Amino acid sequence: MPHDHHDHDHFHHDGMSPSGHPYRADNDTPLTYWQTMEIAVREILIEKGITTPEEIARQIDEMDARSPANGAAVVARAWVDPAFKTRLLDDASAASAEMGFDIGGLRLIAVENTDEVHNMIVCTLCSCYPRNLLGLPPDWYKTRAYRSRAVKEPRKVLEEFGVTIPDQVKIRVHDSTADMRYIVLPARPAGTGSMGEAELARLVTRDSMIGTGLPKTP
Amino acid sequence: METPVHKAPFHKVRVKTMMPPGHIRTPAYLRGKVGVIERPLGEFGNPELLAYGHQGPKKPLYRVRFTMAEVWGPGAETPTDTLDAEIFEHWLEPVE
Repeated sequence: MPHDHHDHDHFHHDGMSPSGHPYRADNDTPLTYWQTMEIAVREILIEKGITTPEEIARQIDEMDARSPANGAAVVARAWVDPAFKTRLLDDASAASAEMGFDIGGLRLIAVENTDEVHNMIVCTLCSCYPRNLLGLPPDWYKTRAYRSRAVKEPRKVLEEFGVTIPDQVKIRVHDSTADMRYIVLPARPAGTGSMGEAELARLVTRDSMIGTGLPKTP
Repeated sequence: METPVHKAPFHKVRVKTMMPPGHIRTPAYLRGKVGVIERPLGEFGNPELLAYGHQGPKKPLYRVRFTMAEVWGPGAETPTDTLDAEIFEHWLEPVE
């Protein structure tokens, strides 16, 4: 699968500076209908005192501040604390909230990778993603290629991510079609017996929580 | 009057084949496919109404598990791999 460094792959669209550095073309095309609509609605809400530019900027900040580190902390806790793991698999929203991660209206389901099952997350209809725990989704997660292929040929897609799942392990693809969001609880890597929670969290990659990767090994 | 869908896990259900217009959260590739209830999820606002600013009664939502063989037929990559999706009750019919 393509990874998310699109601006460096598409020289032919965006041009090249004299020094050979690719740049993005100026976005001086007319606004689309929905861009105009967004600006109009935002200005009306501000004029009517329902929200403020500061509040909107703060919300964007909060959105940008969420990162896969939150999810990694949850995974590491589940690796070291069996009772927490049980609570996480039972109700991932409540377990994450317990660790101080605000899940909002999100209903989160954690799915566990084992010797028998490998889980993988996709949203074929749009880009549903556990943003509160993982931050914004990578570009490839929203592409038609990933969305259509993850449900049709997950093993081939995983191979392209460098993940080979043995034939005897079942793949379980989760299509986030409605109100649930999913996070994969990857299996704890071998040889990490002596590691503490914070150290373990650093092994947990974003992709390992989407199911398109595995945790790093020490 | 519609036949109520069996709500318990492991019950077989078929996704209805209807193709209504509008904002539908039932993927087209699963319509007509038979799966089993993986778990009931509770009741949620109906996206087919919410998308147009209407409220309406909440609808029961289920996670339904399909085999790749059922979804893709002979073209399945690995027939015994599975796919789970959330489907609203009004999109499910019981399978005898």
